[in-house]
Parts: sequence; structure tokens; C-alpha cells
Amino acid sequence: MTATTASAVTRPLLETRKLSVDFGGLHALDQLDLEVHEGEIVSVIGPNGAGKTTLFNAITATVALSDGDICFEGASLLGLDPNRVTARGIARTFQNVRLFANMTVLENVMVSQHCRTRQHAFGALFYTPSFRREEAEIRERAEKILSFFGSRLMGYRFDQPAFTLSYANRRRLEIARAMATQPKLILLDEPVAGMNPVESAELTGLIGRLRDEWGFAIVVIEHHMDVVREVSDRVVVLDHGTKIAEGDYEEVSNDPTVIEAYLGHGTETT
Amino acid sequence: MTAVMPPGTATAAAAAPVPPAPTRPVLARDWRRLARMAAVGAVAQIFIALSNMPVRLDERVVVKPVLSLGYLTLLIVPFAAGHRVGHQIKREGTPVHAAGAHEVAGGAACGALAAGGLSLLAVLLANFDLREPLVNWSPMLAELLAFGNSTSFAVVIWLLIGAAVGASGGLMRLLGPRTRRAAVTIAITVAGVAVMEPLVVDLAEGMGLEALTDRLYARRGGLEWVSALVLAAVAGILAVLGRGRLREARNRIAVQEGAKRTRTNFGLILLTGAALVILPLFAGKLTNELLANVGLFVLLALGLNIVVGLAGILDLGYVAFFAVGSYTAAVLTAATSPRIHPEMPWLVALIFVVVITGLVGLFIGAPVIRMRGDYLAIVTLGFGEIIRLLFLSDWLSGTFGGSQGITKIPGAGIFGLTSVAGTDPRRVFYLVLAFCAIAIYVSWRLERSRLGRAWMAVREDETVAEAMGINTVNVKLLAFVVGAILGSFSGAIFSAKVGSVFPNSFLILVSIVILVVVIFGGMGSIVGVIAGSAVLIGVLGGPKQPGLLAEFSEFKLLIYGALLIWMMLARPEGLIPSVRRSRELHQEEMAQDAWLKGQVEDDTANGDTATAPAT
Repeated sequence: MTATTASAVTRPLLETRKLSVDFGGLHALDQLDLEVHEGEIVSVIGPNGAGKTTLFNAITATVALSDGDICFEGASLLGLDPNRVTARGIARTFQNVRLFANMTVLENVMVSQHCRTRQHAFGALFYTPSFRREEAEIRERAEKILSFFGSRLMGYRFDQPAFTLSYANRRRLEIARAMATQPKLILLDEPVAGMNPVESAELTGLIGRLRDEWGFAIVVIEHHMDVVREVSDRVVVLDHGTKIAEGDYEEVSNDPTVIEAYLGHGTETT
Repeated sequence: MTAVMPPGTATAAAAAPVPPAPTRPVLARDWRRLARMAAVGAVAQIFIALSNMPVRLDERVVVKPVLSLGYLTLLIVPFAAGHRVGHQIKREGTPVHAAGAHEVAGGAACGALAAGGLSLLAVLLANFDLREPLVNWSPMLAELLAFGNSTSFAVVIWLLIGAAVGASGGLMRLLGPRTRRAAVTIAITVAGVAVMEPLVVDLAEGMGLEALTDRLYARRGGLEWVSALVLAAVAGILAVLGRGRLREARNRIAVQEGAKRTRTNFGLILLTGAALVILPLFAGKLTNELLANVGLFVLLALGLNIVVGLAGILDLGYVAFFAVGSYTAAVLTAATSPRIHPEMPWLVALIFVVVITGLVGLFIGAPVIRMRGDYLAIVTLGFGEIIRLLFLSDWLSGTFGGSQGITKIPGAGIFGLTSVAGTDPRRVFYLVLAFCAIAIYVSWRLERSRLGRAWMAVREDETVAEAMGINTVNVKLLAFVVGAILGSFSGAIFSAKVGSVFPNSFLILVSIVILVVVIFGGMGSIVGVIAGSAVLIGVLGGPKQPGLLAEFSEFKLLIYGALLIWMMLARPEGLIPSVRRSRELHQEEMAQDAWLKGQVEDDTANGDTATAPAT
């Protein structure tokens, strides 16, 4: 654990200030302050309903904020459409895998480069050299990204529709798709949910390589504590939409408020 | 055969020990199914008879003295019921009873009961006054049902006919696949040649083969029975000789890959193109008119296909763009246009048509596109009507002529070389063909581009598409506008062809028909859409355009509806589906096939050891 704890000198990559999201009377997120620095892996944990996925939704602009601000590279993300947020450099995966099921594996990754490519209808219609060049680049980049996952998504799999993939491969493809948007920050929503221990251990290694080889900052929502311990530089614990603890894994796992949030109050039984 | 005899019969007792339950014949095993099919068939028979279809189509003879199209409509139901009653779902692991004489018996029973609907109807017609609630049927129906004899004759004869036809339907199950294919080929050939009489005569005249058609067809329409027999024999011989050749060739092409496949495709396209260019030279007015109408709808359907098939936006008001294209071209080219009449050449006007329709597409699309699913469909439906009502309104009648429309629109002049007008359908067809080629090229190129992929992603999951950085509003709007422009081409040609435009040429029905063409042909499939137009518009006819079966025009919508329902049940992906679309509808089966082939690794397996089969 080389904990690169937030150095006060560098500006954080992502910063939320007093982030609040209300659903009717429910405060899904309440005055949340969070920082993510470049090259950092932050885990967000907390009991069910703590607001973890809502945090991701708020950052990617799929839910509206009721208060607060989100800054990415020093600029506010407020009022941007989800696709603009992605264009700024934030990509995400979904808790319940949401691939473009009827598109092929390769197409899934190719289409996600949309905001990094320029060719429009004109180029396609006249089959211009720049169109052909860009198509080749898109394909090449897609293949490179898929090769990151070993041989599983390669070769004949390129042209198979995504729904024929196994569950673990679907999760991998989701990550590949997020990588294809060429982000600076990737938000992974329970990346190992539903995987067996072997697969989950392997994916844990992949998350580390994502940072080391591709230079992404990563925020992970995860319930598996061994994964959290393995990957995180820093752990943030949410409960009822507020941050109840923050620090490295050892600190957080011994924090009494965290234990209470997970296990409830001790009751006097005499 | 012995193993599947009904239990209780003497032969079965001697046969090998076989679990008896599933081997019982249709009649004994499935009397419920039989009753259901028969009831449905009977109701269908009565419905068809009362819709007056048999009487109206009786004039159209198929085979000279024996069969008219009217009677054919009555024979189809018992045949289908007789065939269908023996149908069984084959699941892996469950026993399947072999076909036997019981298929024929079951078919006969079912057919007789289905046709019994007509017997019942004959009795009812003779004894009660059904005129009051049911207005469509004509008094000639009773005569037609009884073949000019008494009511009791009608009762008996229809039961007998039903039994015979139903039995032949059941008999189809006993034939081997090869014989069955030959039988189907023969039936389709004879019916096709008979039905396409006007087309065949027209073409034969163009090629100087009147002698042949004179021999083939009777003087007042329909095949001579001798020529029908000859035709059946020829078709049968060809079917036997060429058995499976076509399929083989298709399979051979299907397995081709890469450059070779591209070359084959290119060759096929070139061949089809050449045929379409040469064919009209030999065809008369009627064929060309038909081809031109089909072409206009191909153009419309290709445009809607981009919107519905690729981007997944259910647009029920597509006729709006057809109308705007027609009216813009009319106003800009016609001297009689009420207020503005610049009398531009057609090609110049076309530029304005594209620009204006594009703008209208943007204008309508901008508010609509933010909606999803059902809401969007309803709103587009509304806009489609609004556009028509605007052209009809007093407010704009100074410009567009209100209900009087704009008349005396000159033909489309092409660089001063020729003028294309409705009086010469051949030229219209060539013009339409050129624009269809453009539309096909546009659809084909866009589908395989960054934009096409974005459309697919939006259709699959709009929320995720947006999260993956696609500006869904822009992308959808673009689909809307491209679709609108392709539709406006059709409109511009339409106004030049017909020579006049009226608001009631752009009823909501047109939108529906185009959508039906797209769904019927196969959403997202260019070839499918063309085939859909050819079948629906070419054979049955468009909203106002007569098809090959002009007599059917009255029952067109009924048949559209029936076809659509049948299609959704039997082949929801359409006539010639796109690969993607059939994938979508058969996900489960495909996933299962992939699993059986070992292409999906077991989730529980170690990720690293699960190796993919090499390809």
C-alpha cells in the first residue's frame, strides 16, 4: 500500500463541495465533500442505500444536484449534459451491466470513442481519406483496449454480439468501453459483483494495472473488503449520504463509527 | 410407421413396445386443438365471406372454368386449418409422433368444420335478414356459396369442399421435404402467373411475345386450364431438376468472406441494377407505372428506415416530410401556384426542397426528440397531422391553395434534356430509380460509420449511450433530418409525376403504410425494405395507388393487417431481416447456440483456463 495521501500542493482531479442530492424528502447525498487526485485509487464503501451509486450518478450528471458543486480539473461540471461530462474525461461502468447487447464486442468499444472522434456524415458519404483513416484508428484503438484483457475478448469474439458473453466478460467489456472514452477518471460501480473468487482476484489486479499502465485515476464502489484492501490508496465510507470516515484501509476498518454503520448499535442485553 | 399407430388398433398391438401416449393421432389426441382451429377457421370463413371479398374478386379468374380469385379466398382458410392442425412443437427430449394417415383425417375434419362456417352462413342468409347490421356483403354471396343451386346444396358442398381441401392441407405433412417444396413451387408458380396476368401481358407485348400470352391466358382473363396444367408441369419439372440448387448457391455465397464476398455482392448489385435499367424498356405503361409507384415507396421506406430501423425513433408522422417535399416542389415549379411562382427548373427546386425539408425536420425534431418511446410516437403522429392541416388551412391557402391544392405542376426537367411527367411512367421510374440508388448508398454508408454506430447505441440504450459520450439529441436529430430529406425526394418526384398536390394525398394512412412496409420488410434492412415495398405496394397497392391486384384495393387494409399480424407471429424480424434485428429477437436462441458450440465459457470456470476456440 503506497498510500499517496492527498498532498495539499496539487490541485485535486475531482472535487465535490457540499454535494447534495435529494429524492423528495430523502437526502441521498448530504453535504458530501470528496477529493480524488490524479493517479489515485479511491474506494467508496458503505451499507446498502448509503448513496454510493447516487454519487456516481451525480458526478456523471445523470441525476440533478440539489446543492453543492462538482469540479473536475478545476472547472465546474454543473449544468453539463452526461455526454459533455464524459467528454471532459470521466467514464463509468454500471452496477447492473448495461452493454449495447446487440452490438458486437468491437462495436461496443468503437462506439464509445464517439466523443473523441470527429468524422460526421459528410466523410462517411464520400468515403474521404480522413474518414477512412479515422475508422482505422478507431478500430485499432478498440483492439488495443480489448487486448488489455488478455485473449478473452479477442479474435473471433470481436464480431460476436455482446449478449453472448459470459457474465465476467460482460463486466470486462464494460470496463473496456469506459476506457475507450479516453478518460482521466474512471468510476467503477461494483466491478467484481457476481464474480467468483478467482475472477475477482484477477480483476483486482486489473484495476491496479489500469492506474499503473493507463494512468487513470479510479473511484471504485465495492462490497468485497479483500478487493478494497488490495486496490485502495484511500477509502471513503458513506452512510445515509454523508461521509462518516476516510483514510487508508486499516484506519477505516478499525473506526468504531464504520463498524457501527455496518453492524448497528450494540444493545444492552441483560 | 408401425411404431406410431394409434393404440387400440390391431396393428399397434403387434408392434414394438413404444410409450403409447404421444403416438396417438391428431383426432384422438388433440380434439381440443382441432376444435379450436376449426372454430377459428369457421369464424375467419364467415368474416371473409361477409366482407364481400369473394364476390368482388369472383370476376378475377385464376384458372379459366374452375377457379376464381374469389373462391380462392374461401379455400385458403380450410387448407391452412387442415395443415396447421397437425402442427406440433418439437422440443428436445419430448417424443414427436410421426406423420401418418391421421394427419389427413385430422386435416379433413378440421377443414370440413372450418368450411362449415360457410354452410352455416348459407343457412343464415337463406332464413334471416342479415342486411341490417352487416352491410358489406352483396346479395350475390348466397348464389356464390350455393354455386347457383339450393341452400341445402351449399351446406353439403362446402362441408365436402372443406374436407377435401383440409385433407390436402394435412397431406402436405406426409410429403417429403423435396416433394413438398416442389408442390409449393407449382402452386406459387400457377397462382403467381395467373395473378400477375396484367404484368405478364404487358411485358410480353413489349418483347413481342403476344402469341405466348394469347395461348396462356383466356380471352377474358385467367389461365386456360390446359395452360395451367402445362405451367404446373413445367414448374414441377424445374423444381425437381433445380432442387436445392438455389439454396446451394445461396449457402455458397453465405460462407464467402472478406473480399470475395464483397465482389459477389458487387456483382449481384450490378446485375440487379442492370436488370432494373433494361426491364422498363420492354415494359408497357402499366408495368412502369407500377414500378414507379413501388420506387416512390421504396424511397419513403428507406428514409423511414433510417429513423425507425437504425436510430430506433418511432416516427408515426413521416408523411409530413413527404408532404413538405411535394408542396415545396409544387410551389417552386408550377406556374399556377397561387402566391409564389418562381417557376424554377425542377432540379433547382430540388435544392430548396432539401433545405426546406431539412429545416422542417429540425423544427419538428427539436422538441420531439427529447421524448422517448410511446410519447415520441404520439407526438410525431400529431405533427404529421398538423403539417397536413396547415396545407389545408385557410390561413395558408393563399400560398398552398387550401383544399384546391396546386395543379398543373410541370414535369421534372433534367438539365433541359428530358422532362419527366406522369404521362411517361418509364421516365418517372428512371428518375425514381436514380434517387433510390442515392438513398440506398446513403443508408449503406451511414450505417457503417461513426454516426451509424451512434444510432445503434441510442437504439440499444439511450441512457448508456449518453454516458458513453454520445450527444444523443444531436445524433437523433440528424437521423430525423436525413430521413426527412430522403422522404422529401419522394415527395418532389411525386408532385412532378402526378401533376397536382392536394392535402388529402398526405393522410395519416400514408405514414402507417410506410411504417408497415418497413416492419413487414424488415426493420434496419435495406433489401428487406425494398422487398417489403415490392410486395405490399406492388402487389396490393399503396394508399391511393393501385397495385397488381387492383381488385384488392377495397380490402387492402384488411390484408395489410392480416399480413402484419401473421408476420409478427411467424417472423417478427421481417421478410428479409437485418442480421442485427434478428439477433435482437432471437437473443435467447443465439446465446444457447453459442453455449452449445462452447463459445461461451462457463462463468464458474477459472477465467484464465477458459480458452476460446480458435477461429
